[in-house]
Amino acid sequence: MERRDFLRNAAFAAAGTLIVPAFMKPFEALALEELSLYKNLVVVQLSGGNDGLNTVVPFGNDIYYQMRKGIAVKPDEVIKLNDMQGLNPNLNCLRELYDQGWMSVINDVGYPNPDRSHFRSMDIWQTASDANQYLSTGWIGRYLDSNCQTCKFPYTAIEVDDSLSLAMKGKSKKGIALKDPAALYRNTNEPFFREMIKSDKDHLDEENLGYLYKTMIETSSSADYIQNTSKIYQPNYTYPNTGFSNQLKTVSRFICSGLKTRVYYVSLSGFDTHVNQVNQQGRLLQQYAEGINAFVKDLHQNNKLDDTLVITFSEFGRRVAQNASNGTDHGTANNMFLFGGRLKKQGIYNAAPDLANLDNGDLKYQIDFREVYGTILDKWLDVNNAQVLNKRFNTLDFI
Amino acid sequence: MDRKDNFANIKHLYNRAGFGIAYPDLLQLSKRRLSKAVDKLLDIPHQGPDLLTVSADEFKQQQLVLAGLNGKKDLSPEEKQQREDITKARNEKSRDLNLDWVQRMIATQNPLLEKMTLFWHGHFACRANNPFYSQQLNNIQRNNALGNFKTLLMEVSKSPAMLDYLNNQQNKKGHPNENFSRELMELFTLGRGNYTETDIKEAARSFTGWAYNKNGDFEFNPKVHDEKAKTFFGQTGTFDGEAIIDLILQKPETANFICRKIYIFFVNDTPDETHVKELAAHFYEQKYDISALMKRLFNADWFYGKENTGNKIKSPVEFLVNLSREFYVTYNKPQILIQLQTSLGQYLFNPPNVAGWPGGKSWIDSSSLMLRLKIPSLVLNDGILDFNGKADPEEEAVIALNKKQKPRPVKSYVNAQADWSKFLSCFPKDMKQTELASFLLEPTLGKKVSDIIISNVNLKNTAIAVTSMPEYQLC
Repeated sequence: MERRDFLRNAAFAAAGTLIVPAFMKPFEALALEELSLYKNLVVVQLSGGNDGLNTVVPFGNDIYYQMRKGIAVKPDEVIKLNDMQGLNPNLNCLRELYDQGWMSVINDVGYPNPDRSHFRSMDIWQTASDANQYLSTGWIGRYLDSNCQTCKFPYTAIEVDDSLSLAMKGKSKKGIALKDPAALYRNTNEPFFREMIKSDKDHLDEENLGYLYKTMIETSSSADYIQNTSKIYQPNYTYPNTGFSNQLKTVSRFICSGLKTRVYYVSLSGFDTHVNQVNQQGRLLQQYAEGINAFVKDLHQNNKLDDTLVITFSEFGRRVAQNASNGTDHGTANNMFLFGGRLKKQGIYNAAPDLANLDNGDLKYQIDFREVYGTILDKWLDVNNAQVLNKRFNTLDFI
Repeated sequence: MDRKDNFANIKHLYNRAGFGIAYPDLLQLSKRRLSKAVDKLLDIPHQGPDLLTVSADEFKQQQLVLAGLNGKKDLSPEEKQQREDITKARNEKSRDLNLDWVQRMIATQNPLLEKMTLFWHGHFACRANNPFYSQQLNNIQRNNALGNFKTLLMEVSKSPAMLDYLNNQQNKKGHPNENFSRELMELFTLGRGNYTETDIKEAARSFTGWAYNKNGDFEFNPKVHDEKAKTFFGQTGTFDGEAIIDLILQKPETANFICRKIYIFFVNDTPDETHVKELAAHFYEQKYDISALMKRLFNADWFYGKENTGNKIKSPVEFLVNLSREFYVTYNKPQILIQLQTSLGQYLFNPPNVAGWPGGKSWIDSSSLMLRLKIPSLVLNDGILDFNGKADPEEEAVIALNKKQKPRPVKSYVNAQADWSKFLSCFPKDMKQTELASFLLEPTLGKKVSDIIISNVNLKNTAIAVTSMPEYQLC
């Protein structure tokens, strides 16, 4: 038997059905749709440590009100999702998405031995490391490195920003950062730049110089591809005029124009609310919700919502008790939001945070964030998560 | 070795050991033997001058006020304002400190001292929220940059910045905090695989009581020190912190670990094990004398080998300092140097974590490379920078207080001047464009590079074109 046949038969035999993760199948056994070139992941980073307990409010739990006398969201203001939890009123725009079954909330996502430094914890979330481990590559970067069938292009991962986050940097491959495809296109089409990358391939085998030239050539071809593909699409959905919404609008343009990019990365800053939290966080949550609302409906209108999964995370949640300045200090586990047209478990995914059972005043995590990543890698990006996360993580069933 | 080799070798030496060399200096030095140039680099005061951006008086004054405020339960609006003002003043000083150091690197007559300080800055990577502590640590790193590694290690370990960063203030008898102990062995001395988890636990007990006082001085607190016996590297004794550091230094693995990092920083991203061993043996034999190590390194034949020249990617700070020195650049609005550091991914005093900046290829991705290629024309031609780095996570609280979340204006004038007449006066009148290019670039000129520069009308345009090439990213 040829190796190819053996692999195919083994995969089917092992699973007994057709539901086999794509990474277990040989390339030849996959139909084009199965390769799902057009399935997208959009990662939304809330920087500064968003207060999860005032985002998804445990209004059914008295402890919440006892510990947050100055900043708790009143029960009659909460947008109730079930008997225990509801959304901050500034997230009103999300209710519509929730009712459509396009939204899930995962409670208490974190990791063992949590770190309360913004920098370190963000590092851990972006590299998917253990708390006492330092990695110089990000989880999406290592997904690019894994060289799977669906992540081979230099534009496989795009961050809508000027500079590239560690999450997007692999060892041999990296995502591409751009705020405006037209500007990048102009830069890579300047005569001097074109002159430098044309012909003359002698540099390409030299170690670091070759790497620089390769990066320039890939940037240039990506810029051409992104600009030429995305300029055809005429956006027809109105977004609020905020920096965050503009990022999502750009992502939508890329997705709707059929760009073969798999991962998009955007972020919203300012969640470090130590002082007078209510208004600050409220303002940010509103921007977040309005942006997401427009983005999800835009994708739905363009029949792209089924092929898109949006996840939102922050480097940590905040302490359960408020501080003396009507703010909150750095904490641990936090909720994550998921949006998409094909969520398997819509609504609230798991039990609400247990406020009676804390670790030194902090929430205990129920779900390791790498199980969330692992699920996405396995079931959405079609790559064995052990290859990216350095060890195998259990998968969840939200997709 | 003929004259031409000497010219290239000294240029290489100054690129790696410093931040480049001016053409007249290079001509002058290349008349002498290479070892003389090495001696000249090393024959400098091995200390200071200290950076004095934050005065001790200012720091003590702030500490007093803060101590008063922290003791109170409810603060009046004036007192809250007072506290905010101090935070604001400190943030400003942190930026000033960063700029003072970068400007020092651009102007220094002792490039090796600052280059070594930069190396130790990345090796003993630390973030302190108090600029006075950052300054202290930086001065320790400079004063011992070419001194003895043991003294350096000891002083760094006792600095408030590091005690704070690695939680040794919380390391107490009965409740050890292992953070410092772990990083000391994993990142500062031995490297993974050369110690056990037990060693970490036991050493942590030895460092209990290492703390600092309100004046920012190291203070040993015997009350919280665990005096009982510890078993470390298989030996049992009532080791204190100093004894643990001594035991760590007795292991040749420490010399090996440091030399490997030195090799990666100064020679090649991919270490040659034979060369590393050679350096480590010498370093150990010379009782961790850093100056002796560097002398050996810069006098080694292989340091000037083809495989070790023109192939290292400059770090963002090396790139910026190199460019600024080369063209005698004055920054009328020095803050642009901070924006450039953050955009390019090396914001001094703010390393990504205690492991420092990973370096090498990780400096380069499509956006950082595009920006690097653009910077020379911006700085040398006074252009507009339409590029913003990411917000530092520590600045999130400030962003949180800022009401406006409309798209930020992202354009800023670089507002810098190169001293072109000084730059051009360095060269002989009949200097050819290709000669200038080979002087400015470390990699050998390919045909394409020559073709591009030959079409430039004068030396100034040639210089801008050459520094905008990927070849200029290497040294």
